[in-house]
Amino acid sequence: MELINSHPVLDFSHGKKVSFSFDGRDMEGFEGEPIAMALHAHGVKVYRHTPEMRRPRGFFCAIGKCSSCFMVVDGVPNVRTCVTPLKKDMKVETQNGRGSIDLSAGGVA
Amino acid sequence: MKEYKTDVLIVGGGPAGLSAAAEAAGAGAEVMVAEGDLHLGGQLVKQSHKFFGSKDEFAGTRGFEIAKILKNEISQYGGRVKTFLDTTVSGYYPDEGAATLMTGEEEYFRVYPRKVVVASGAQERLIPFPNNDIPGVYGAGAVQTLMNVYGVVPGKRVLMIGAGNIGLIVSYQLMQAGVEVAAVVEGMPRVGGYWVHAAKIRRLGIPILLRHSVKRAIGDVFVTGAEITEVDERFNPVGSPTEIECDTICLAVGLAPSGELLWQAGCEMKYVPNLCGHVPYRDRYMRTSNRDVWMAGDVSGIEEASAAMIEGRIAGLAAAESLGYKVKAEKFEIFWARLKNLRAGEVGDKIRAGVAQVVVDGWEAK
Repeated sequence: MELINSHPVLDFSHGKKVSFSFDGRDMEGFEGEPIAMALHAHGVKVYRHTPEMRRPRGFFCAIGKCSSCFMVVDGVPNVRTCVTPLKKDMKVETQNGRGSIDLSAGGVA
Repeated sequence: MKEYKTDVLIVGGGPAGLSAAAEAAGAGAEVMVAEGDLHLGGQLVKQSHKFFGSKDEFAGTRGFEIAKILKNEISQYGGRVKTFLDTTVSGYYPDEGAATLMTGEEEYFRVYPRKVVVASGAQERLIPFPNNDIPGVYGAGAVQTLMNVYGVVPGKRVLMIGAGNIGLIVSYQLMQAGVEVAAVVEGMPRVGGYWVHAAKIRRLGIPILLRHSVKRAIGDVFVTGAEITEVDERFNPVGSPTEIECDTICLAVGLAPSGELLWQAGCEMKYVPNLCGHVPYRDRYMRTSNRDVWMAGDVSGIEEASAAMIEGRIAGLAAAESLGYKVKAEKFEIFWARLKNLRAGEVGDKIRAGVAQVVVDGWEAK
């Protein structure tokens, strides 16, 4: 992970390291920190492809306002990964287009 | 669906919202603070530099330390201030007096507040250029979140767009984090930020290219470079572009107020360029044309966190007073004086002129 090791002003205290998967790859990140931070620390910059032009998108605002960092998390599309805390064994996937919801699973009635 | 009642709902747990919470709870009101991020403090938590301004507004203290001070202040009111993290206020329905909120992405609930203080802050602006949507083109606040809050290296070599205070401060912070800054590009013929910030980064050997603009981002999947060009006074390109090698293009081109809830609340709004967007008309107590709604901080016009904190105190105190809680009238006088002091002089010209366009004497008089 590409983390800042020494800083003249700031001390970083990270929480517990947990494992999660990104597009089937095993990764590690800090529990409770946003998913996008863990991905970026591993050099993952593309989080989704846009519905029409298939343009790659990463994050932009990092405060949950711009919708650029939407991904599929544990099967749920359009999750704002810049403000959604990472949990152990989360399944994070690149989102293609608008994403889809499995209605048969009872997610949305 | 769960429902809550509260005296004052405060939308946003940044400098304005926390200050509003402190005053409202201090006056005796039950307060609920809804914060969309995973921590309180708003953008203060990513400010590793020492603040300017006056001692009353924590001059000389680093931004993230100020966030801690405010959090301590509200914690002394115990259960009177309830804070909800990872919680977005997704709607406000003035006829029902109801706000809809969501925690995370799935859990929805309603709040029936007697009064509302909207301190929802601002969002980063984007400027148009080809490829400005590819990963690696990040807002300055996002770069700060990565490196100053979570300690993640944002990139190896950054091109900074904008020489206002944010562009200059973030350039310096990037160097502190060990990241190279290729250059700071600024369309105007002069540096917009404070001279001391510009001097600091010039001393580090970072060129500030005035009358320059970014022409396009280079990269198929993510940023691998940028083309910059000199511009004339009408921002038209002059001469041939220069290619800069970088993996990050950081946009520090300003903020726009996040006023969605104020629109929903039916507040009378006006487009004020000096305040960087659509903002509500307000009286001196930060009350909007909707009698149940106050506002504070960047949502009332883009300004510094110091001003946001005072506006928050005014709005929180006024909201509590309207509910019948006893407040000392001289407190308002003190806050107004502090605000006036912050906005004094040449630096405050733009803000004073902006506020003058939207301030009303009193809603009864209007």
